[in-house]
Amino acid sequence: MTSATLPASVDAMLELLTSRGYLAERSLATVTYLSLRMGRPLFLEGEAGVGKTEIAKVLSVALGRKLIRLQCYEGLDVSSAVYEWNSAAQMIAIRMAEAAGDTDREQLSSDIFADRYMIKRPLLQALEPDVAGPPVLLIDELDRADEAFEAYLLEILSDFQVTIPEFGTVKAPHPPIVIITSNRTREIHDALKRRCLYHWVDYPAADRELAIVKTRVPGISAKLSQQVVRFVQALRDQDFYKSPGVAETIDWATALSELDARSLTPQVVGDTLGALLKYQDDITRMQGDTLQKVLKEATSED
Amino acid sequence: MAINHLAPEQTEQFADNIVGFARALRAAGMPVGPGAVIDAMNALPVIDIGNRPDVFTTLEAIFVKRHEHALIFSQAFNLFFRASEEWKHMLDSVPLPEQAKKKPQAGSRRVQEAMSQPRMTETPQHQERDLRLSVSDKEILQKKDFAQMSAAEITEALRAIEKMRLPQAELLTRRQQPDPRGLRLDMRRTLRASLRTGGDIIDIHRLGRIEKPAPIVALLDISGSMSEYTRLFLHFLHGIGDARKRVSVFLFGTRLTNVTRALRQRDPDEALASCSAAVEDWAGGTRISASLHNFNKLWARRVLSQGAIVLLISDGLEREADSRLAFEMDRLHRSCRRLIWLNPLLRFGGFEAKAQGIKMMLPHVDEFRPVHNLSSIHELISTLSRPLPPHHRSLIRSAA
Repeated sequence: MTSATLPASVDAMLELLTSRGYLAERSLATVTYLSLRMGRPLFLEGEAGVGKTEIAKVLSVALGRKLIRLQCYEGLDVSSAVYEWNSAAQMIAIRMAEAAGDTDREQLSSDIFADRYMIKRPLLQALEPDVAGPPVLLIDELDRADEAFEAYLLEILSDFQVTIPEFGTVKAPHPPIVIITSNRTREIHDALKRRCLYHWVDYPAADRELAIVKTRVPGISAKLSQQVVRFVQALRDQDFYKSPGVAETIDWATALSELDARSLTPQVVGDTLGALLKYQDDITRMQGDTLQKVLKEATSED
Repeated sequence: MAINHLAPEQTEQFADNIVGFARALRAAGMPVGPGAVIDAMNALPVIDIGNRPDVFTTLEAIFVKRHEHALIFSQAFNLFFRASEEWKHMLDSVPLPEQAKKKPQAGSRRVQEAMSQPRMTETPQHQERDLRLSVSDKEILQKKDFAQMSAAEITEALRAIEKMRLPQAELLTRRQQPDPRGLRLDMRRTLRASLRTGGDIIDIHRLGRIEKPAPIVALLDISGSMSEYTRLFLHFLHGIGDARKRVSVFLFGTRLTNVTRALRQRDPDEALASCSAAVEDWAGGTRISASLHNFNKLWARRVLSQGAIVLLISDGLEREADSRLAFEMDRLHRSCRRLIWLNPLLRFGGFEAKAQGIKMMLPHVDEFRPVHNLSSIHELISTLSRPLPPHHRSLIRSAA
């Protein structure tokens, strides 16, 4: 695997992403380009399903870099995010030393806490040199981790190094490409955001969403894809608890395509609405008049 | 491979512009540090500065760290880079001018009050006016002056807050810490300890789950009919916020305002003053249903996600009581761990839930309590201090 050279301008970045099927807004391409050029983590916030995680995946493929993903959750701690000692192997080593009559404590200690007894978790893996070039580190849904973990990330994100008490400091020769995403279920501390380039990822405009649907659901007819996008865009104007994201649009278009639907009808929309709306309250509100109205808007030829 | 689109003299001019722009943003209330300015200087040479949208996105990514600031930024950008000599004028038109204003000296109000005669509280005309405001249908956009509260009341409220002892540990988290009675073995510490004796395991170290207090989310009604209580409750909420970390406070009348950050300031007077600056509808009408809807939609997932206790402080006198109100209350109830409704109207002995709004809301709360004087605030504290109801606790433990 050879690593592609980094794009040299915003347009080149845009082209690179497009060539891998990610149709980004120019502003997103600009911040991505900047984060590569400046070696700064990129902090992406926005509603669920607008393509925040996807960009990390696309970047790793397009640049030929390894993708290392850290999925955050409540209770995420150092031993599952950074490293852990392989206690069982250490124990065996101690027994072996005992059996061999080895009694030098200092020596034993430095043998036990060596690289080969360390289980490396995503953050430490991301600091290691890689033949293909620095990896893409995706820290996904940081808002799910506790505040304490954020504080730990500060050292890693500003100096790209980790301090392990028994071992010393591990520093990355070349900083990884870091993408952090958040759905804003809670606010991330300013200290962390300050170290990153911040970008709010919005729902795409209708023409871009149409292009995305055509790229991601190749078999879909022009008429249906247009109706799908109009329908989804109209839904986002409604006051829903959770508006559908681009991911939902693609799911829905795929579902309709699988069902061989030619155009949107009340029947087919009613059957597949679950691909778009994920709350029962929202689905209930979509029955009847609202559905008719939105459907009429989406299917009227203009 | 740096692409430098700038001639040296242009660079200097651009640097001046960026510094000026950063200062303008700061004056408009955005936290922009010198680090960000340096970042901007480093970023601009690598993009094409002839392309205005790119420059916009670049500066936005560097200066804006909260989505809420995006609007201020875009206004400032458009004004500043249209005609940079006009930027002084711009400061008047940008919202959030708090930082630019001279800060009132901490505690000055209290000192003044302490020096002056205690004022006569609640003359009959005063009450009449409040009554008129509370039933007014019109949204009354006015800023109510906090200085109306007497020094004696503040002293009392503060004394009550000092006595508060809120529990510090009630929710088991998934994080671990050394705990001699813990259930999990801490292999790392055990091994390190055993090495001290040359490999014999003599001391087993254990890990237990960390406990932390549940977050508290307060929704405080600031409509006209509640105006006699608003200040006291704000003091109370400021006090809780001092004692524990995760307290979010929202004020609502005709609209919902998040004042959590404003309330974090140390000095209660300053904190309350910045709250009042943030809110546009002091002592106006009430739209509980719409405010709850906004809360459920925009904030619930962000502040209730970790098993929060919700304090709803309102008299429940809703003008537009319909099925939406019950629906929103139900949603709120289902998304938090415990919903406590504090209602000052309960102070009347023979209180009956006759108002339509109150009837709609009552089925959806876990507790309904009076809160109108210091003793009821004390009772509230003891409620919050009580351990969780047994079934809640066991659920949390068994889910562990």
